[in-house]
Amino acid sequence: MVKVEFLGPIGKKPIEIEAKTLKEVAEILNKDEETKKWLAECAVAVNDKLVSSLDVELRDGDRVSLLPPVCGG
Amino acid sequence: MEFLEIYEGPLDVDLIFSRWRKWGEDKNYGAFITFVGTVREEDSIEGLSFDLYEPILTDWFAGWSQRASKEGAVVRMAHSFGDVPLHRSSYMAAVFSPKRAVALRIIEEFVEDFKANAPIWKYDIKKGKRVYASDRSHKIEGAGILDIERGSR
Repeated sequence: MVKVEFLGPIGKKPIEIEAKTLKEVAEILNKDEETKKWLAECAVAVNDKLVSSLDVELRDGDRVSLLPPVCGG
Repeated sequence: MEFLEIYEGPLDVDLIFSRWRKWGEDKNYGAFITFVGTVREEDSIEGLSFDLYEPILTDWFAGWSQRASKEGAVVRMAHSFGDVPLHRSSYMAAVFSPKRAVALRIIEEFVEDFKANAPIWKYDIKKGKRVYASDRSHKIEGAGILDIERGSR
């Protein structure tokens, strides 16, 4: 199982899904209307490291985080 | 991380400033440039509120520490999470260097990159409720890869 976390204003509780790659996570998240609207806006981290491609293999217990647009200060 | 400080609620600017100044004096830095962000009264807000994600913020800051150290400089930063009322401060940044030119350049680059990429989310407080400041927020570099239907890959 892979844990997906929705940070900041997305306001959704973490979910656990079966996925072997980040691409599979993308396919699952695109099916959820509520989540889908955030996908174009969000950066993605796997185990707290930002990633720039969906070609990432995932292992049991990995964490995928969605980071919506930021504004510190 | 020692030079990244996170506080719940508004920063005690005077206390942090004097501690940083003393540290810089002891380390023999000739230049100490600070930036302090204070919550302004506008659009009938009662204050601002923040969420932050510490693991990635720490990595982002570590990258800047390395970059600054290559030029003989040190960056420090303090940020709030939770609510910060009007006319109080949520953000302090500082650069120390032997001479001013490096510190003046780095503080600008650091604060700009902070605004663009640090994992911190801002909310206006209106009638006691948090409203995400989406119109002032910036997508982090590389955002959108999960949006496979729009072919953003």
